[in-house]
Amino acid sequence: MTIDTKFDQSTVAMTVGTKRSAARSTFKHALLIAVGLVMLYPLIWMLGASFKDSEHIFSEVSPIPNPFILDNYVRGWNGAGVGFGTFMINSTIVALLSVIGNLVACTLAAYAFARMQFPGKKIFFACMMGMLMLPHHVLLIPQYVLFANIGWVNTFLPLVVPKFLAVDAFFVFLMVQFLRGIPTELDQAAKIDGAGPWKTFFYVILPLLKPALATSAIFTFIWTWNDFLTPMIYLQDPRNYTVPLGLNSFLDASGDSAWGAMFAMAVISLGPLFGFFLVGQKYLVQGIATTGLKG
Amino acid sequence: MTTLTDPTGAPEASSEERTGDARARGPLGPRARKSTSLRRAVLAEKIAPYTFLLPWLIGFFVITLGPMLYSLYLSFTDFSMLSAPEWVGFDNYIKLFTNDPKYLDAVRVTVVYVLVSVPLQLAFALAVAMVLNRGLRGLSLYRSVYYLPSLIGASVAVAVLWRQMFGSNGLINQILDWFGIEGMSWIGNPETALGTLVILNVWTFGSPMVIFLAALRQVPQYLYEAAAVDGISRWGSFRHITLPMLSPIVLFNLILQMIGAFQAFTPAFVVSGGTGGPVNSTLFYTLYLYQRGFTGFQMGYASAMAWILFVVIALVTAVNFWFSKYWVHYDD
Repeated sequence: MTIDTKFDQSTVAMTVGTKRSAARSTFKHALLIAVGLVMLYPLIWMLGASFKDSEHIFSEVSPIPNPFILDNYVRGWNGAGVGFGTFMINSTIVALLSVIGNLVACTLAAYAFARMQFPGKKIFFACMMGMLMLPHHVLLIPQYVLFANIGWVNTFLPLVVPKFLAVDAFFVFLMVQFLRGIPTELDQAAKIDGAGPWKTFFYVILPLLKPALATSAIFTFIWTWNDFLTPMIYLQDPRNYTVPLGLNSFLDASGDSAWGAMFAMAVISLGPLFGFFLVGQKYLVQGIATTGLKG
Repeated sequence: MTTLTDPTGAPEASSEERTGDARARGPLGPRARKSTSLRRAVLAEKIAPYTFLLPWLIGFFVITLGPMLYSLYLSFTDFSMLSAPEWVGFDNYIKLFTNDPKYLDAVRVTVVYVLVSVPLQLAFALAVAMVLNRGLRGLSLYRSVYYLPSLIGASVAVAVLWRQMFGSNGLINQILDWFGIEGMSWIGNPETALGTLVILNVWTFGSPMVIFLAALRQVPQYLYEAAAVDGISRWGSFRHITLPMLSPIVLFNLILQMIGAFQAFTPAFVVSGGTGGPVNSTLFYTLYLYQRGFTGFQMGYASAMAWILFVVIALVTAVNFWFSKYWVHYDD
């Protein structure tokens, strides 16, 4: 008897529960959409403002440009002395070389840490983890002195060469974590078949590492594309400026007067980031979920 | 952590034993030739890890550890890059704390920024992650939308946008105008300028949120079911199940975001035009370091600042770990 009544009560509770949960989920969606809109509104508004003349930029909350003008893009692109196209090319070169450097160097280091035994491994691994915590600013000045002494100032080398030396410990760590999920039986099978460590690395491990490589590539691209401080220190000639430096110099040159053109170039500078974001969001989410990288 | 790597160690260890054997028998004659080739193979195997590690080793010694030590040395010198560093003992450190009010401003601004923006950002991240959990439809779309600002938050483009939005004729004031509130230049007012940067940091709550979401999925469902059977309220199960189970991840996010916030640079630089103004109200630590080191070329002084930052970040991380035993729950 008692069991039956209990059963009845719980089914009643369940039907009430589903109704309540439907209402709750509608409320949740409304809340989430509202929060999302508030968050994205400035970006949408900036996109709209980049097609407005300056009078409308400062008087309209609506993002829809009316009249719709392309003048900002023309003015911004030809910009302050050096064209914005040069900045885009420079940034692309730096970002792509950084991606290659990080993929090569960090993968090799991660393979050694995750799969090989050698004297000093524990200490080196601890050092690598320490580099994760090391504030970049401690190295800023001594590295500048070093690179200035070998004549690398005003070239892309100080921005790119460190990537080929695996100093982005985040990616070493990310790939070590990923490698730990790949069964070691595969390596051992390759070894029994007579493959040396390099063959094993190239034919067994590398193909399996693809998701981690994609994550590292996308993060490296986004971080180097956004990086402002390092290029500002090393690049002095405007012809070598990367996009963030170009944008900032534009801001310096025109003050608060040329917002339209500035927004137009800001939109263009965010373009590649949006592109990578749309293509690679799966890898981005995986990447931060496994290692907790800061985006 | 190393347990998974151990299996690779086993065959290698046995090959080392083999070498030992071969070496011992080497001089006995017929086996000698075999042992040299074997020895060479073993040598190659021993060297192989270092060839993989070579780029990292160079990177570690030449452009990380070496520069770190050099920077420590520089912090005890007067150095403008034009002449050799001149040893001054603790002068830089003493001057920072006793004779440089601007430095103390930078410290205060940065501490306020870290202590206000990081907890707010994490609270927001956790709240949204809680709402997003539980098999909500469209989860991946929401996650992407909320995550987007994290990717671009440190860019100059967004800082430029912020400068307009919170300026005297900016978007925020236009919106306030609807409600009949008269705005002001939020970035021009020393009382509110730092607040705009705090908002910018909170806006990038997406990356801790994604980590929270991944962690929430690890909380065993039966705990909630048991709580529901016991008639525990939603708040109760959040307080007594979710929070304790999530506490290691809260600690992880806290440390990560604090380290990041201590090093924030771009937004303050762009919004204040590189000055850290008005009245030093956005003078982030790193911004002042940049000013001293790369516009004033006081490399020794700036190195001292960098080392203090390094030590503070290490201490804050250590204190976080130490305090964590009082509030972080580990399952095992």
